[in-house]
Amino acid sequence: MKRNTLTKAVAAIFVAAAASSSFAQKISDDVVKIGVLTDMSGTYSDLAGKGSVVAAEMAIEDYSKSKTILGKKIELISADHQNKADITANKAREWFDKEKVDVIVDLVTTSAALAAMEIGEQKNKITLNSGAASLDITRSKCTANNVHWVYDTYNLGKSREALVKAGKKSWFFVTADYAFGHNLERDTAQIVTSNGGTVVGSVRHPFPGSDFSSFLLKAQSSGAQVIGLANAGQDTINSVKQAAEFGISQKQTIVPLLTFITDVHSLGLKAAQGLSVAESFYWDLNDKTRAWSKRFYDKHKRMPSMVHAGVYSSVMNYLKAIESTKTDDTKAVMDKLKSTPIDDGLFKGNIQVNGKFSHDFYVFEVKKPNESKGPWDYYKLVATIPAAEASAPLDKSCKLVK
Amino acid sequence: MLEAFGITPQALIAQLLVGLINGSFYAILSLGLAIIFGLLNVINFTHGAQYMLGAFFAWIGLTQVGNWLGMPDFSINYWVALVAAPLLVGAIGIVMERLMLKRLYHLDHLYGLLLTFGLALVIEGMFRHWYGISGESYSVPEALQGGFRLESFGLFLPKYRMWVIVASLAVCIATWYMIERTKLGNYLRAGTENPKLLQALGINVPLMITLTYGFGVALAAFAGVLAAPVFQVNPVMGSNLIIVVFAVVVIGGMGSIAGSIVTGLALGLLEGLTKVFYPEASSMVIFVVMAIVLLVRPAGLFGKEK
Repeated sequence: MKRNTLTKAVAAIFVAAAASSSFAQKISDDVVKIGVLTDMSGTYSDLAGKGSVVAAEMAIEDYSKSKTILGKKIELISADHQNKADITANKAREWFDKEKVDVIVDLVTTSAALAAMEIGEQKNKITLNSGAASLDITRSKCTANNVHWVYDTYNLGKSREALVKAGKKSWFFVTADYAFGHNLERDTAQIVTSNGGTVVGSVRHPFPGSDFSSFLLKAQSSGAQVIGLANAGQDTINSVKQAAEFGISQKQTIVPLLTFITDVHSLGLKAAQGLSVAESFYWDLNDKTRAWSKRFYDKHKRMPSMVHAGVYSSVMNYLKAIESTKTDDTKAVMDKLKSTPIDDGLFKGNIQVNGKFSHDFYVFEVKKPNESKGPWDYYKLVATIPAAEASAPLDKSCKLVK
Repeated sequence: MLEAFGITPQALIAQLLVGLINGSFYAILSLGLAIIFGLLNVINFTHGAQYMLGAFFAWIGLTQVGNWLGMPDFSINYWVALVAAPLLVGAIGIVMERLMLKRLYHLDHLYGLLLTFGLALVIEGMFRHWYGISGESYSVPEALQGGFRLESFGLFLPKYRMWVIVASLAVCIATWYMIERTKLGNYLRAGTENPKLLQALGINVPLMITLTYGFGVALAAFAGVLAAPVFQVNPVMGSNLIIVVFAVVVIGGMGSIAGSIVTGLALGLLEGLTKVFYPEASSMVIFVVMAIVLLVRPAGLFGKEK
């Protein structure tokens, strides 16, 4: 009799387990909701901002014209985090708790990204970061529910290795005085010194800055062969312009360590020609990127930056992962993303255990005005750095790396 | 001694020259603000947006107007823009004053501040919507390209930056002269002291006030045109600068014309020095000075106790 009861009990447990696992094969809240949290109006709004929302919309429509997945609706919501960590944290909390958002994308600006990642870990929801730069995102600050999609400060530093090997050995850094600038300087300086170069000095400028003349003069008087600009967006644009004004670019090489095509567009080829730029996406790389970028251009009226391409790619692959696992459960989707090679015409590579999407990186040179056939035709490809070399080695400082 | 900081005397002087250039911008902007506050008692927070308008109109004149008119080769060059942009922005300022500001004169300063702050946000928002945030490039005019190589200082001083110092100082001194030494200036200063009495004596005080606001705004736009080749022309260029300029005006004494010019230059130099010795503090040093001045001499260094 006892055995019979035990058997029934075990059977009952199995039935319950089976029932609950079929419960897991379900879309939470009956909707897949994607949130684009970005800088809509500040320093980074051109390289991310509205364009990221356009990219996310494109991905949803390309995935399903009727905007449905597994019979449920796909919804999109967006907001401006103004590059502030506290606004980001509050918005993420509100979205995950009240708005039924399942994933947050874009997240430009490192401080905002880290805040969102922490909330994502607390609430067991996914963040797919296409905008922020810091290597710490996949090292000391890594989280289980995050993917770092497009670029990081290691990629950017590594892209300069060829320069150092070619003889540009002495470097001076002009650095934006906040986490991103410090990290970019740190990771580039490491590449410089490990290849036999020296860091002659560095100067930190307030973020955001507008007049860099005194910092550039310091760089000039240091006599370094290379002046590395560890800043981005407006700061980079102004630094490059002012360096040309003071005749610094004649004797020393200015290397902007993080540049987006939107920056070059704003500077103009006359001021930007000859600059060495490193990105992981360019609209004119091949037929696939050209075709996609043209469709993006028709909607946004500007060519996509690598961040925009990353938002499209991360949303598309997220939806595909849900389709394949039949659920939007965070762990299932993350496991799927980390175990599936990605090749969507924009990026090709694999997502590593620490959340880094490892793919190729490219070094471009900005064309001279007479080499360009029209607006946005700005880059010529100088080198391709394969993924294995471009991405930082896995490091135990990330708790996910065993 | 300087070598202890890793600075040569030549490098120091080079940095001070650069500081002087920034100081000239501060001087001309704070002059406009001081005039408007001194003579109208209005805290003009739109000043930064009007500076941006000056730069943008110069850029539009150079690159866009030709296309709008269907004459692609037509453009308004820098020199014309130096006069045309301030006039245009000044006119816009006059319209603003007539329609909105003048209703607030009898109220607390706070209302003027709120109105002008709101207007600044609206103007910046409009331009951000039309032109994006990255900004546009404005090239240095032909005549001012290149520079002087000062070998003894190891410095290449761009001609254009020298021009900025000269032009700002010229305009500042001319304005000061006009206000302190001419009959028109006398009327303006009398209008601040006792507008009713002046009105009774037959001077059209409201007209004078309107024109004064227009002039202050035109000064901001002039600074904007000067700034266009140096900084990117972008919608938020004014808001970055305006807070510092307000600090300068407070330090100099709200309402003192000579005070704002001298303080602007001096603080530009101070900021330049800070960038040499402790760059991370350079955006902060002016506010530290402002705090000290407010504690020790609340009316400002050159201000008169009212």
